[in-house]
Amino acid sequence: MRLWLGLALLGALGLGAVAAGWAQAWMGADPFAPDLMARYGAASAAHPLGTDELGRDLLLRLLHGARVSLAVGLAVALGATGLGTAAGLLAAWRGGWVDSVLMRVADGLLALPALPLLVVLAAVDTGRFGLPRGEAASDILRIVVILVAFGWVGTARLARAAALTQLTLDYVAAARVSGASEGRVLVRHVLPNIAGPVGVAAALAVAGAVLAESTLSFLGLGIQPPAPSWGNMLSNAQEMVFSAPMQAVWPGVCILLAVAGATLVADGLRRRGQGLG
Amino acid sequence: MLRLVAGRLVQIGVVLAILSALVWLAMGLMPGDPLDLAMAADPRLTAEDAARLRALLGLDRPLAERYLAWAAAVLRGEFGFSRLYAVPATEVLWPALRSTLVLLGWALLLSAGIGIGLGVIGAVRRGAGWLADGVALLAQSIPGFWLGILLIILFAVELGWLPAGGMGEGGGLGEAARFLVLPVATLAFVNIAAYARHSLSAMREEMAQPYVRTARMKGLPPRQVVWGHAFPNAAIPVVTVAALDAGSLVSGALVTETIFARPGMGKLIYDSIMGNDYNLALLALLLAALVTMLATLAADCVQRLIDPRLAH
Repeated sequence: MRLWLGLALLGALGLGAVAAGWAQAWMGADPFAPDLMARYGAASAAHPLGTDELGRDLLLRLLHGARVSLAVGLAVALGATGLGTAAGLLAAWRGGWVDSVLMRVADGLLALPALPLLVVLAAVDTGRFGLPRGEAASDILRIVVILVAFGWVGTARLARAAALTQLTLDYVAAARVSGASEGRVLVRHVLPNIAGPVGVAAALAVAGAVLAESTLSFLGLGIQPPAPSWGNMLSNAQEMVFSAPMQAVWPGVCILLAVAGATLVADGLRRRGQGLG
Repeated sequence: MLRLVAGRLVQIGVVLAILSALVWLAMGLMPGDPLDLAMAADPRLTAEDAARLRALLGLDRPLAERYLAWAAAVLRGEFGFSRLYAVPATEVLWPALRSTLVLLGWALLLSAGIGIGLGVIGAVRRGAGWLADGVALLAQSIPGFWLGILLIILFAVELGWLPAGGMGEGGGLGEAARFLVLPVATLAFVNIAAYARHSLSAMREEMAQPYVRTARMKGLPPRQVVWGHAFPNAAIPVVTVAALDAGSLVSGALVTETIFARPGMGKLIYDSIMGNDYNLALLALLLAALVTMLATLAADCVQRLIDPRLAH
């Protein structure tokens, strides 16, 4: 029930992201071209949700924003889950100093306030690494890398805990006795058995990434305009509050729905894992 | 307990040292140094002047050397100056820390109170579980900055009951409290989720235990059973949440203070990074990390006090 509701929410937003191009062609409006005569326009037939501070169609910008925000969420979840699972498996399998070093680093990262550090990292000039400045693609890459660097911790702890229990079970011993290499034991035998908790962690990572990206973009450190993301559409919300309050509502609703959808998926997966249906 | 505290203090020191080096490196990679800004602001400043000033300020030295010099100064108790505010950094830091601690204190009290209340009611009353669940989902999913904007639209712009931002300095305690309502509400609400969820599941577990049935059977009033018997046991995992949540509270303070224009640690960190005030930014960041880790340590100590088994 939770799982399906969550998937439906994410699916609807994903569909919006896919349909952004078609909607643009059909409505015949350009969500990137400013039209200063139509600033803060009210909802109308031509602009179903009105226009923003530069007179661009809000609905189309929301749909294009969905592309950016969801892409960041999925990419971070993939990266963080992959890195976290690998680290967790390694820590559980190798034990000893590798385990303690990885877990101390994880503890350290968890104990720190994430957002101030994200702000510092996001302010780093990526141009110094030879990346093009001011392009949407390099903004997205930068934010994904930063969020993965913080996001792997949760998955790593869950994967480690799950792998530790699995590694003591008889089937692992049986696989080893029958001559399977350690790599094969980990990848073919242990990994499928810890897929449950890892799936939950991945869904939570999507939620966390969408929230973090929107917050950084809101603060002006994430995706830079003119490329729309749900977060940067709110970045001059302080001004909107007086001139067009509804403009400040819609991007937030999209973030809320996306994060709630991912959280519901995580909840549903967890309950399913516990046999609660 | 003493060993826990001592060991953790050493750990905190190590984390702060590593963190300061990493942040120093990150700041070295940020666009522009203070003299770029000075040159942009003053057209009469020539390139030779800038180079001379760079040498004078030591900005031409390698990053690692500058870091070691900075660390040595900090260990001597010299915290340097803020470029943005043109006063010693500590003069900006302490008032900001005080303002943030007030905000965090109220938000923590409210979010823990409401979250635990929701969780307990959800576990005790049949059919009230969805309320705790629903509020937790909403609180977890809502972006803090957006909630702040919505509250400003509703209470400051439409209704005009409360101020949209600032501190209300010089207006006495009542005035300061009026400026505190919306930021505290914002920060408290987004932090309810963890408390509600964990107290809901912990209370559900405790209420199913035999000792609760015994307490009921011997005729104790329900209130006594819930708060006197079940809750103290359920409180242990909830305190763990408090320990893990210290970081997210401080993160939330950055957003809340920025939106409501409150001069606290969060806004200070944001403004100083945006304004290339690296010395202040680094100190503020380390102070925020220190506060977070001390709060976590305090929660861990409380946990040991409630549950002496943890000591073994």
